[in-house]
Amino acid sequence: MAKSSIDLPPKGGFSFDLCRRNDMLQKKGLKPQSFLKTGTTIVGLIFEDGVILGADTRATEGPIVADKNCEKIHYMAPNIYCCGAGTAADTEAVTDMVSSQLQLHRYHTGRESRVVTALTLLKRHLFNYQGHVSAALVLGGVDVTGPHLHTIYPHGSTDTLPFATMGSGSLAAMSVFESKFKEGLTRDEGIKLVCEAILAGVFNDLGSGSNVDVCVITKGHKEYLRNHMQPNPRTYVNPKGFTFSKKTEVLATTITPLKEKVEVIEAGDAMEE
Amino acid sequence: MSIFEYNGSALVAMVGKNCFAIASDRRLGVQLQTIATDFQRISKIHDKLFIGLSGLATDAQTLYQRLVFRHKLYQLREERDMKPETFASLVSALLYEKRFGPYFCQPVIAGLGDGDKPFICTMDSIGAKELAKDFVVAGTASESLYGACESMFKPDMEAEELFETISQALLSSVDRDCLSGWGGHVYVVTPTEVKERILKGRMD
Repeated sequence: MAKSSIDLPPKGGFSFDLCRRNDMLQKKGLKPQSFLKTGTTIVGLIFEDGVILGADTRATEGPIVADKNCEKIHYMAPNIYCCGAGTAADTEAVTDMVSSQLQLHRYHTGRESRVVTALTLLKRHLFNYQGHVSAALVLGGVDVTGPHLHTIYPHGSTDTLPFATMGSGSLAAMSVFESKFKEGLTRDEGIKLVCEAILAGVFNDLGSGSNVDVCVITKGHKEYLRNHMQPNPRTYVNPKGFTFSKKTEVLATTITPLKEKVEVIEAGDAMEE
Repeated sequence: MSIFEYNGSALVAMVGKNCFAIASDRRLGVQLQTIATDFQRISKIHDKLFIGLSGLATDAQTLYQRLVFRHKLYQLREERDMKPETFASLVSALLYEKRFGPYFCQPVIAGLGDGDKPFICTMDSIGAKELAKDFVVAGTASESLYGACESMFKPDMEAEELFETISQALLSSVDRDCLSGWGGHVYVVTPTEVKERILKGRMD
């Protein structure tokens, strides 16, 4: 028996064995499916003693809002965070993968991760896949060499900037940065400017919406402000809830009581003698 | 037509107070022709963990078999059941492995975790997790399900009210979708019991 026919847990990497079938289906005239996207506004800027990252919280699938409050600021290392735009699965997978690599690297060296290390790992992966892994990222962090802010494009090219925007709302956000950014902003000014840039995306780009997430990273300290602003709360909820005039018609009911899980307390020296 | 609309499906999961409900329609079709009206889209992984697989039925069944296999391996190795969060990561990893040639499946996962805390989650066909605190939907009727759930759902419902809400949301949504329907299949799971009900729906 060929060893590939045994379905053992894979060791990693992509599997392409459904590609031929899926291409065949597409040639037969079936539309290719759409993936969950984070049609996004993500931004970052450098202020007087660190980096501030910001993101909206809308995830879309075509024109449908799939998630009204998703998280787009991903953890990379204790001193590094990364905003993701593009195909949701790709941004999630690529940041998770690199954060594991950084953790292992920290165990190996016993030092704090550097932002350039994360940058190189990310761009190398993205360049390898020639833009097919569609993740557009804003990477920010503070390490021994100071605060850093980078943008990474799906094809693997990178920029190093004092302020950056990405995603479908990047133009709206950049218009705010271009008119109001200056060097040496204080923490509060920085947060205010980031929020303003994200709000520009939320209200002017249809792919972005809901709340504002902010992450402030300074030397030896970080602050993740989840839902820092909630400019779009639900206003149309009936306080009494919804009541149904007629009961649902049920054809059959099966009730399975669940057994209590029995905890086995092992005696100290059961294996002795 | 998209391959996701080949068989037709409607899936929804909701969170209540220390309980959850997961429901699906019962139709299996080939485009507009109905093949079966007692199709199972929701499967049990263990007593307090359920997965519903919408989309192409052949892929749903293949994926289900792989998931059961991996869960059994985990049970043998760890001598315990998987937590819903862990299981969601497993499903996500299996789907993302096929990033460039995906299974045409959109899963809905619902389970009771540590301390019987309800957990629900859905994904797209390449494993982008979408965790929600209230409800998740999938399938060809997902657009109408979003609307129905958004207006009918309220937080912290008890099991019986949750059942009524999820059933009404499901039945009213599938009536606006040609490809799904023919009654419903609802599981309501509380820390002490699993109540499985079969709903009567329109047969057109």
